[in-house]
Amino acid sequence: MTAADTQQLIDFTYIAAAIGFILSIKWLGSPVTAKRGVIIGEIASAVAVIATLCDPQVDQYKWIIITLILGAAVGVPLGMVKMTAVPQRTALSHAFGALSAALIGIAEYYVAAPGVPRFQMAEIGLEVIIGSLTFTGSLIAAGKLQEILPQRPITYVGQNYVSLTTLAAALGLVVALVIHPEMTFLFPIMIAVALIFGIMLVTPIGGADMPTVISLLNSYAGFSASLLGFVLNNKVLIVAGALDGASGFILSVIMCKAMNRSFTNVLFGAFGQVQASAAGAKEERAVKSASPEDAAAILAAANTVVIVPGYGMAVAQAQHKVRELYDILTKKGIDVRFGIHPVAGRMPGHMNVLLAEADIPYDKMMEMDAINGDIPQTDVALVIGANDVTNPAARTDQSSPIFGMPIIDVDKARTVMVIKRSMAAGFAGIDNPLYYLDNTMMLFGDAKKFVSDIVRELSGGGH
Amino acid sequence: MPAGFISSLFVFILSAFLGIELIKRVSPLLHTPLMSLTNALDAIVVVAAIIIAGRHETRLSTILGLIAVAASFSNMVGGFVITDRMLSMFKTGKAAKKP
Repeated sequence: MTAADTQQLIDFTYIAAAIGFILSIKWLGSPVTAKRGVIIGEIASAVAVIATLCDPQVDQYKWIIITLILGAAVGVPLGMVKMTAVPQRTALSHAFGALSAALIGIAEYYVAAPGVPRFQMAEIGLEVIIGSLTFTGSLIAAGKLQEILPQRPITYVGQNYVSLTTLAAALGLVVALVIHPEMTFLFPIMIAVALIFGIMLVTPIGGADMPTVISLLNSYAGFSASLLGFVLNNKVLIVAGALDGASGFILSVIMCKAMNRSFTNVLFGAFGQVQASAAGAKEERAVKSASPEDAAAILAAANTVVIVPGYGMAVAQAQHKVRELYDILTKKGIDVRFGIHPVAGRMPGHMNVLLAEADIPYDKMMEMDAINGDIPQTDVALVIGANDVTNPAARTDQSSPIFGMPIIDVDKARTVMVIKRSMAAGFAGIDNPLYYLDNTMMLFGDAKKFVSDIVRELSGGGH
Repeated sequence: MPAGFISSLFVFILSAFLGIELIKRVSPLLHTPLMSLTNALDAIVVVAAIIIAGRHETRLSTILGLIAVAASFSNMVGGFVITDRMLSMFKTGKAAKKP
């Protein structure tokens, strides 16, 4: 076989891989076929990697094999993390993906520099900028999620102007490099500016906005791979990157809609910071609180229960106790379902994964729109560690900062029980009128402990 | 404009539209596995990293390529492992009943 024949054969395997990727995402659409989607994705990736290793351009294997093994050695433990750590793992994998795309672009540049054709220079410049800013941005996001860095937004006066100027500077450097390709010293400056912009982009964003930010970074990581495909004229990169980029984009649109906010508002709004001042005006009103015994008695008398989990459930690691509660109530013939808000937790689908890990059947996990119609006929809505996504002010109070955000209408249930540490305001710093309603009972305490106390009561006391 | 650009743009636009249509149909139940799966698929940049590292044109390009091989391959392996683990956890009411 000539080199050209081999190249053609490799291109055919890339086409096959692209088909595999498309089927992989298609099959992931439903839980019934999802596993098949993973398998086809694995086969497609493996075929493409093996074909590439046979590429005649590759003439030394030792280090490639070593780094592949090293990559696998890092990848497997990162694939085995606990479900509660999935958001930070995801952010970290966006960082790795963007890093490799950026590094390949940088390598391409220095191989060709200073004689980089103008058009290719523009492609490489954009690709390296997106890759670099996604790399540092994702690292910051992972740090916030891992709580190495503070989750609250870090802001200062004039921040948006500084950030946008930085981005403009990075883009300006690309333009300069296109016009004067011989000024190679500008290239590392451009990388540095892009890296700094990535930090600036994510630092002002608070924990509750993480679902949007993670999705947005996902989309950037995808598009940087696609752009790399343009630089290298490699179509399989373009396809995979476009699929990944589209996925991140759709998810961020869904997250923004679920918060009734725009992209610009998430990126430049620094939500928690602005609202914190509004929380000061909170008036003291009476709330009803209840003990685990009371809660257990009401739950036992119910026919239908809807549990609404939030990030607080994840923090308290309460999902396994919630499963025990689910089991014991279901055994009593009570219909228990879960109402899951799209932005509950720290990434899209976070609650579903935690509940699935705790062995809760997925047909009991309902989307917000699916559960809301049933809530008026529900005896008990039990809110565990969720706050703003259940705030009826979003429906009724035009002056509320979250007015217009779709919520789970737990206030329409016959009885609402809210497990909460204290009366402190939620992430957005907004008071929740839900807590003062006549049909609401506050269950003060740690989510995990309170749920296990209820379970103990229901199972007839003792240990 | 290089010769391949238009055909690349063609492929990109079609894939992006296809991606949007496919992803809209993914149940919100599976949004977390969706993200880890697309991450794993995106790690196909490893093929470009292998070529850059394997061509060893300059010492710098080889080293950058090798780092990229490790970073993207760890994404590929880790992404598939965790997606598979997550999907194994999703069971229906009947399947979840243990003996």
